[in-house]
Amino acid sequence: MLQALMTWLDPLCGTLGIFRLFPSDSLLACGDTGWGDEIASGVFVTVSLALATLPLGLFAGFMLALAKQSKEKSLRLAADIYTTIFRGLPELLTLFLVYYGAQIGLQNLLSAMGSSTTIEINAFLAGMVALGLVFSAYSSEVLVSAFHAIPNGQYEAGAALGLRRSTTMRRIIIPQLVRIALPGLGNLWMILLKETALVSVIGLADILRQTGIAARVTREAFMFFGLACLIYLVLAMLSSIVIHYIERWAGRDEART
Amino acid sequence: MSVIQRVLPPEPPPPALAAGWSASRIIGHLFLAIWIAGSVALFLFLVGSYDSQKMIQYGPGYLSGLWITLQLVIISVVLGAILSVPVALGRMSTNKVFGALAYVYVYFFRGTPLIAQLFLIYYGLGQFRGALETVGLWTFFREPWYCALFAFTLNTAAYQAEILRGAIASVPVGQHEGAAALGLPRNVTFRKIILPQAMMVALRPYGNEIILMIKGSAIVSIITVFDLMGETRRAFSRTFDFQTYLWAAVFYLLIVEALRNLWAVLERRLTRHLKR
Repeated sequence: MLQALMTWLDPLCGTLGIFRLFPSDSLLACGDTGWGDEIASGVFVTVSLALATLPLGLFAGFMLALAKQSKEKSLRLAADIYTTIFRGLPELLTLFLVYYGAQIGLQNLLSAMGSSTTIEINAFLAGMVALGLVFSAYSSEVLVSAFHAIPNGQYEAGAALGLRRSTTMRRIIIPQLVRIALPGLGNLWMILLKETALVSVIGLADILRQTGIAARVTREAFMFFGLACLIYLVLAMLSSIVIHYIERWAGRDEART
Repeated sequence: MSVIQRVLPPEPPPPALAAGWSASRIIGHLFLAIWIAGSVALFLFLVGSYDSQKMIQYGPGYLSGLWITLQLVIISVVLGAILSVPVALGRMSTNKVFGALAYVYVYFFRGTPLIAQLFLIYYGLGQFRGALETVGLWTFFREPWYCALFAFTLNTAAYQAEILRGAIASVPVGQHEGAAALGLPRNVTFRKIILPQAMMVALRPYGNEIILMIKGSAIVSIITVFDLMGETRRAFSRTFDFQTYLWAAVFYLLIVEALRNLWAVLERRLTRHLKR
């Protein structure tokens, strides 16, 4: 039942999907003859990778931002080293470091324990970790500047009301923080969405990988890579619409001027 | 001497409390210890797996790769800066056709991944080999190096156009009006009044854009340009030695940090009249 509903609602290859508009013998048809269904699964992989990375990166970024605000010098320094490294390394290199590093590390660990099985790291997981590292480094900077925009009086008011520090954070600071940080975080989301394309290099079947395979087989490279660009553009447009609504929701009780 | 000071003579402040081991202090020291241990381990790993054979074989490759990366970034950023001027003018123009063209250009190049643009140009244009040969452009688009240069120039031009537009728009209208009131011609106003103020605003985003280009240039290794990343991948595929990637990381971090510090100096220098 749910399955049927999902296939019906699928925007690409569902009953009302865009790729259904192409005749069934064309290159973009859904099914065994066309590439529509392969590309649709690539879109699904790209979007789910970005969506899976987002909470991971946001949480780590928030923790880093808190560390950068801390009175404790060592904590600030440790957080700054983290940002310096992951903002300075190319994303592709971070991805390779995570992917091959984890593979070689685990392999060595296993062979030290006397096992000889070969290990294959999941590309999705490696991509999630690598993109999460980069995203958290950038988002911590956005969150730090948002923290700076909140006046000290807000914390003091919370303390004056006798609220705990955690309650002050949850009920007073974070609602304002979200409102201030949203434009910056929206930009980072767009960057994240584009960076997922790099994971195709280590073999994850995302949009770029699927269109690349199609391009190689059909020798219609320009059409398929153009299609890939178009899909990324549509995803960016959809995201900016969603971000607009989230911003409106977050600012719903702001004073109108 | 006022009365209050006679009644209550000033006292030195109380001595600072000895810092206890609060939770944040423990966590901070723990993470610092992890970083220190990590860098020591990295150092020991690089020293321990030092292999003069590999160094002789791949060391020069890294340096030439570094040079290729820098060349690619410098040339494409300069060409992109030139190309960004008409695009930014188009974005600011009141002419609907120019405005729409520039908007589509910028939206396309900022909304799609650089790697997809690179594939579109390198693999995609290869499909039109016959047509390109007749116009004599095939020798250009056959080479991955030129394709990368072309894609990067177009990409960074879109980003730089937005930086330029934002910076020029940030100069207050009063500056234009003041210049007009002084009877300055429009080109002098732009060159002597608007541009210097816009550049101060644009400096930081330009620096970020160059850093993004350095980091982004790593993807040209996928279309077989042997930049720093390409040399790294070649060395790794032959040796399966993880230190190849660590060396690349060290190189990239050094370039990016050097550039960041250079930019901080430049920014202090250019905005020194604003400091109180």
